Amino acid sequence: MSFEKIYKRIIAIGGVLIIGLLLSIFITLFINSSISIKKFGFSFLINKTWDPVFENFGAFPFIVGTLLTSIISLIISIPFSLSVSLFIGEYYKDTIFSKIFETFIEILAVIPSVVFGLWGLFYLAPIVRNLQIKFSLPPTGVSVFTASLVLSIMIIPYTISVGKEVIKLIPTDLKEAAFSFGATHYEVIKKIILPYAKSGIIAGFLLSFGRAIGETMAVTMVIGNVNTIPRSIFLPGNTIASVIANEFLEAITKIHISALIELALILFVITFILNLIANNIIKKVV
Amino acid sequence: MKIFKDRIFKFLVIFLSFLTLTPLFFIFYIILKNGLSSINLKFFFSLPKPPGEIGGGILNAIAGTFLLLFFASLISIPIGIFFGMFLYEFKEKKIGKICNILIDVLQSIPSIVIGIIAYLWIVKKMGHFSAIAGSVALSLIFLPIIAKATKETFEMVPFSMIETSLSLGSSYPRTIFKVILPISINGILSGVLVGLGRISGETAPLLFTAFGNSFLNFNICKPVSSLSLLIFTYTMSPYEDWHRQAWGCAFVLIILILILNSISKVGLKKWKVKF
Repeated sequence: MSFEKIYKRIIAIGGVLIIGLLLSIFITLFINSSISIKKFGFSFLINKTWDPVFENFGAFPFIVGTLLTSIISLIISIPFSLSVSLFIGEYYKDTIFSKIFETFIEILAVIPSVVFGLWGLFYLAPIVRNLQIKFSLPPTGVSVFTASLVLSIMIIPYTISVGKEVIKLIPTDLKEAAFSFGATHYEVIKKIILPYAKSGIIAGFLLSFGRAIGETMAVTMVIGNVNTIPRSIFLPGNTIASVIANEFLEAITKIHISALIELALILFVITFILNLIANNIIKKVV
Repeated sequence: MKIFKDRIFKFLVIFLSFLTLTPLFFIFYIILKNGLSSINLKFFFSLPKPPGEIGGGILNAIAGTFLLLFFASLISIPIGIFFGMFLYEFKEKKIGKICNILIDVLQSIPSIVIGIIAYLWIVKKMGHFSAIAGSVALSLIFLPIIAKATKETFEMVPFSMIETSLSLGSSYPRTIFKVILPISINGILSGVLVGLGRISGETAPLLFTAFGNSFLNFNICKPVSSLSLLIFTYTMSPYEDWHRQAWGCAFVLIILILILNSISKVGLKKWKVKF
């Protein structure tokens, strides 16, 4: 056997390890949540109560909380991330301005979640509290809305990282053809750039959405941690990730721990699917 | 009208772009303002005081962070490079493509789920929280970053260099270890630095693993604190003085992350091999 074959045999172990690692993560989550899966079955997803005392567990309030925070944060972030993507990828493409902007966005991306939480709790929550007083709601400061605001800032870099690349990729001759017909820059963006870059931008949104769903620390610190379905976005709630962070160490009964691990399993499966879709789109575009 | 619309749109894009950066500047201003005032030599070199008492420092968290980063690197760097070499070698094959996706999936797993995994794998078996459990949790985040950096730098090595080495009679594995790997080392190193910056700020994976410790500890089988864990517990505490220290800690953490990231940037430029 040649050296090359031996080398390839050895290096192939890497593949076995990668597959084994992912499989064992999934199996670990599955086995450890089996008590909860057996007891509650499918109703776990639609049960509205989460009661550790009477051992009745349903994930519905947290699924609602997770969807609320991530959808609201995505909607808030869209105009901003699109603008910056156009700024970097089109208006000031390859200039010093876009370099500076890219650097700042990168810095925004490396700020730890826990620092966003610290800032959100002491600076954003008081602003939200004033809003709550205006709407005559309980002035908690921490709420689903506060968490969404913090999240929207945190996910902007993820959309931009994909958005600017696909906008840069648009062939120049297409744009030049439109310009030569007397189209304004706005019309070129609306009629050519956005339709052309659409799928890439959507992939960026999906990636950001996945991030928002799994984000833990910042959300835990500003969402208020209440285990019921929030009646208003200005009231406290909980997400799947934040309830795990809050209760996992305090859970004593087996069924409680198992239910929390099932929540982790749900989170894993959702982000797995979102990531597969987004990467599939990106691979087709780029 | 047409031109007016165009102008308005451009103005809007620029305005919103700058507005996007305001939270960044605001956060930095606040961290500077609140952080600098609580930092002095004593802050770095003393241990926390009991809850409610004024004073104390973050020595335990600084030591813990470095301990966690050190062991996470020890686990992740060799395995990560190995995974990266596999991904490069089998990139055309189906198994390589599947593993490439799986590495992306591993990277996208929410950090709190990683924390639970490390808890179930290690803390549950050992029976108590430990630094090693925290390091394993961080490794699961660190691994895919190194694997991707390795694969991507390997791919940048021009094929002519591989051909030259092979035509001179050296075997394929020798070419990998003597030609491709040495050229790629800078790219991999920069990936390592980016990854270190990323995991030094992670908190969620450490909640159920490293757990936190208000004493100085270098034993990897015992719980340790970290800068990020300290920020979390101090922020959620009711004590005014601990809030002040949380800002100081955030300042230290941000500086650490920015340093790691800028070294990797400068390094990538400076160490870039010229072909």
